[in-house]
Amino acid sequence: MNIPDDLLYTMEHEWLKPVDDGPALMGLTAYASEQLSGVTFIELPKKGQEVKRGQKIANVESVKAVSDIYAPAGGTIVEVNNALESDPSLLDEKYYDDGWICRIDLTDDAELDDLMDAKAYREYLGTLAG
Amino acid sequence: MDFIPHTDAQRRAMLETIGAASAEDLFEDIPAAMRAGELNLPAGHSEIWVRNHLEHLASKNATHLTPFVGGGFYDHYVPSAVTAILRRGELYTAYTPYQAEASQGTLQAIYEYQTAICRLTGMEVANASLYDGGTALYEAAMMAARLTGRNKIVLDSGVNPIYRNMLHCYTRNLNVAFREVPTACGPTPRDQVEPFLDDETAAVILQNPNFFGFIDDLADVVDMAHRAGALAVMSCYPISLGLVKTPGEMGVDIATGEGQSLGLPLSFGGPYLGFMATRKEFIRQMPGRLAGVTEDGQGRRGFVLTLQTREQHIRRQGATSNICTNEALCALAALVYLSLVGKEGLKEVARLSADKAAYAAQRLDRIDGVRVHRAAPFFNEFVCDLPVHAGEIVSGLIEKGYAGGFPLAQYYPGMEKRLLVAVTEKRTREEIGAFAEALEGLL
Amino acid sequence: MNLIFEKSTAGRRGFRVPPSDVPARADIPAALRRTRDAELPEVSELEVVRHFTQLSQRNFSIDTHMYPLGSCTMKYNPKFLEDVAALDGFSRLHPLLPQLRGGGILTQGALQVLYEVAQWLCEITGMAQFSMQPLAGAHGELTGAMLIAAYHRHRGNRKTTVIIPDSAHGTNPASAAIAGYQVVAAPSNEQGVLDPAHVRDLVDEGTAALMLTCPNTLGLFNREIRDLADMVHAVDGLMYYDGANLNAIAGWARPGDLGFDVVQLNLHKTFATPHGGGGPGAGPVGVADALVPFLPTSVVVKRTDGTYALEYDRKDSIGYVAPFYGNFGVILKAYAYMLALGREGLKRTAETAVLNANYLLARLRPHYTVPFERRCMHEFVLSAAPQAKKGIKALDIAKGLIDRGFHPPTMYFPGVVPEALMIEPTETETQETLDGFVDAMIEIAGLVDSDPDTLHRAPTTTPVGRLDEVAAARRLDVCFPLPDEA
Repeated sequence: MNIPDDLLYTMEHEWLKPVDDGPALMGLTAYASEQLSGVTFIELPKKGQEVKRGQKIANVESVKAVSDIYAPAGGTIVEVNNALESDPSLLDEKYYDDGWICRIDLTDDAELDDLMDAKAYREYLGTLAG
Repeated sequence: MDFIPHTDAQRRAMLETIGAASAEDLFEDIPAAMRAGELNLPAGHSEIWVRNHLEHLASKNATHLTPFVGGGFYDHYVPSAVTAILRRGELYTAYTPYQAEASQGTLQAIYEYQTAICRLTGMEVANASLYDGGTALYEAAMMAARLTGRNKIVLDSGVNPIYRNMLHCYTRNLNVAFREVPTACGPTPRDQVEPFLDDETAAVILQNPNFFGFIDDLADVVDMAHRAGALAVMSCYPISLGLVKTPGEMGVDIATGEGQSLGLPLSFGGPYLGFMATRKEFIRQMPGRLAGVTEDGQGRRGFVLTLQTREQHIRRQGATSNICTNEALCALAALVYLSLVGKEGLKEVARLSADKAAYAAQRLDRIDGVRVHRAAPFFNEFVCDLPVHAGEIVSGLIEKGYAGGFPLAQYYPGMEKRLLVAVTEKRTREEIGAFAEALEGLL
Repeated sequence: MNLIFEKSTAGRRGFRVPPSDVPARADIPAALRRTRDAELPEVSELEVVRHFTQLSQRNFSIDTHMYPLGSCTMKYNPKFLEDVAALDGFSRLHPLLPQLRGGGILTQGALQVLYEVAQWLCEITGMAQFSMQPLAGAHGELTGAMLIAAYHRHRGNRKTTVIIPDSAHGTNPASAAIAGYQVVAAPSNEQGVLDPAHVRDLVDEGTAALMLTCPNTLGLFNREIRDLADMVHAVDGLMYYDGANLNAIAGWARPGDLGFDVVQLNLHKTFATPHGGGGPGAGPVGVADALVPFLPTSVVVKRTDGTYALEYDRKDSIGYVAPFYGNFGVILKAYAYMLALGREGLKRTAETAVLNANYLLARLRPHYTVPFERRCMHEFVLSAAPQAKKGIKALDIAKGLIDRGFHPPTMYFPGVVPEALMIEPTETETQETLDGFVDAMIEIAGLVDSDPDTLHRAPTTTPVGRLDEVAAARRLDVCFPLPDEA
């Protein structure tokens, strides 16, 4: 499973990419995409909304379930990926690039320390299998 | 009589396989103290006995009366082909189509029904049906509340009073408030709607034709609602849509109604058929089942239940509603009816019903002491002012063999001398004439 | 197979009404008329009959296949029920007739049916009074939740939560929410049974009710049910019975005797009225004495002179949950069924339902994983988790059954069992049919190792194979476009 080394991860299977001098980018991991097996709809976060880490900011629908998406870290949502509204299939494969969900202007960089790096996330995924 | 096929030998063999001495053993998990004693119920009967008994009970119901009663439920003709198709076991003994490959008949029929409702109402998407026109109206109100994030509903009192009762019942424990527009025996008074609209209004609920039978072009009221940021919800009479302006044409956001007139017997109150149709953009907030088109692995077109995540069994508490079932067989009846009468036939049924009502109105209006409300256009139902209490007249008419109409005072205080009369394509000129004479004889 | 709309040819006519015999024309101004005709199909009656007959042939149904759907009670739908409901004296009856002065006398036969059905259901369940109004199972549940709310409101109780097992059907929490309550999920043990110790932790002064089905969704009877009832009653909470599984205990145990205060039944399950492809059903609700005043308006009563009447004057009633008296046509069928079964037939039905389920369980245990040791009642759950490890999920087993002429069992419910298959044969299947089902299941179990691809490709004997549900939800084509929109 593709787990890029340059991203940070949550236990709820979101990824966060801190950006120098800019808002961080976030999305769903390959594992999330596989579990959903076909996103049919996404209710995007609200642009301008201030969120806390762990707060529910969006949800995705697949054929069988609705799953919530949580903010990996606190901040202000400065941009959302409207392309996902018309084409949720971007989350089938392009979850790390074209399927990004939103950009968050982080309030506290220290919260990044609480996220997993790629190695830790891979280990975590290993505990979930089986 | 029961429907158990086992022979004694088979029972014994099965018990042996299970390793139980008797069937009684299989209930050992229920402690003796919790067992029911012998129930105080009669012994069973043969099919012959049951049929006789029910025929006897059926004979105690007065279906000999020529019906001029409507009130939202009408004596329209049900073509034999509708009944015959509905009797096919593959259709009526099927389950909800969760296993799509084994249910393409049901699923395709639902898709066709959804399409028929859209064509009928002029709306973009329709669901697979709801229980009846009243629960459909409630669901529409809640949908509007969810979509707008507001909780006040402006309710036209020309909307069927039975449905208004249901709305109040369902919203009792919810944070919803109603303001009723005092429509009385005429079209909706616009000047009474405007003052109720504000930035907390989720929806304006209208009915066309209204309970008094009047038809109207409510596009201006719809506009009023939209200007206030509210949605327009309209309850409709499907046969009338063969002729009258559709909710779609008026800009209505959610159209609902009772589908009983489309091939379903009156059957003393049910089963009936609630339909709902709305704008495509609102589809995710629409309750009920939905059948959608797709393909299988070989590119063959097929149908599945879709957007099920909205439904209760997946979202549980976050569900749009708790509707689990629809009225699949009733929806099928409506689809078959609409397919049988077709584009021209529906117009004809509507036209005949309206013309016969116009004739009845003329005949009754000529009676001394009777005044029919004819100033505003009506479809197939109209209000008569009588010189005495309508209830008395109705009793007299029953004795003469007519279910002569519905006394409005039942639901509208102050209208004691008003009678609501409905006419369908089934009423003949002779019946209408005789009815008029019977009424005249009572005055 | 084409849609009826695709078979349409302009100008073709089906059913026709006679020409007008009245010298009048309704004057409907152009501004009030629709500008474009409804584009309904234009087909002949033969085409309509052929179309729907062919559609019917693309369905599984009880009349053609065994349907071991757990929690659905897909028993045989006796044909004489249809004839009874079609009697003119019932089908032509306008629901407003009793509301006309002197109208009650016009509908005595119908009112008697409603009254007697309610009496039967009271006796079967141990409740004091029934409302026949709810139009479906979920609707009955909503009504039950509203009755519970009315009870507490009347007593000035501040209740905020309803406890529901995590193994419960999805409608339970949704109904509770509409009645204004928060839902608290109670954990079931591995057998799907509620542990009184867990429930004791959850019950508090804010508990309005505990909603249960019995036997539970795994087909197991909870022997500690009275303890649960005592706990809930101690805080003036109410016990609500979801009647989905009544077919297991009807005639053997009464929910009222087990401590339940509100009972919701499904006439289209236990009482053999047809499912119709997804309705119409009927979900009457019965209550103990204390809740009778809150029942929906109206209620059928029997007067001292032996006549029947509708009682509207009920000041504490929750009001109207349906336009009239319930799905009368469905209630009528259930009535005929009950009369045929009688006291002994009811009991034998439950007994045989339980026998059949245990027979299947005994024969399938060697081949599948059963998440409990004990016997079941009228249904049981298998877990296909071991098969899933080899790449064959419950879904694949289900599709394999379709190819072998059986409608699949209920899948993935209850959620507490992984890869669940819930099987309920009902009492109307023959031993040969049951054996055929077992043989098919055993064959499929073998294929998991020998030829799993067959199952992945299944079904192949149906008009379509597995359908792309993701595409359906993305495409959202739920209405056939008009010719000028296509």
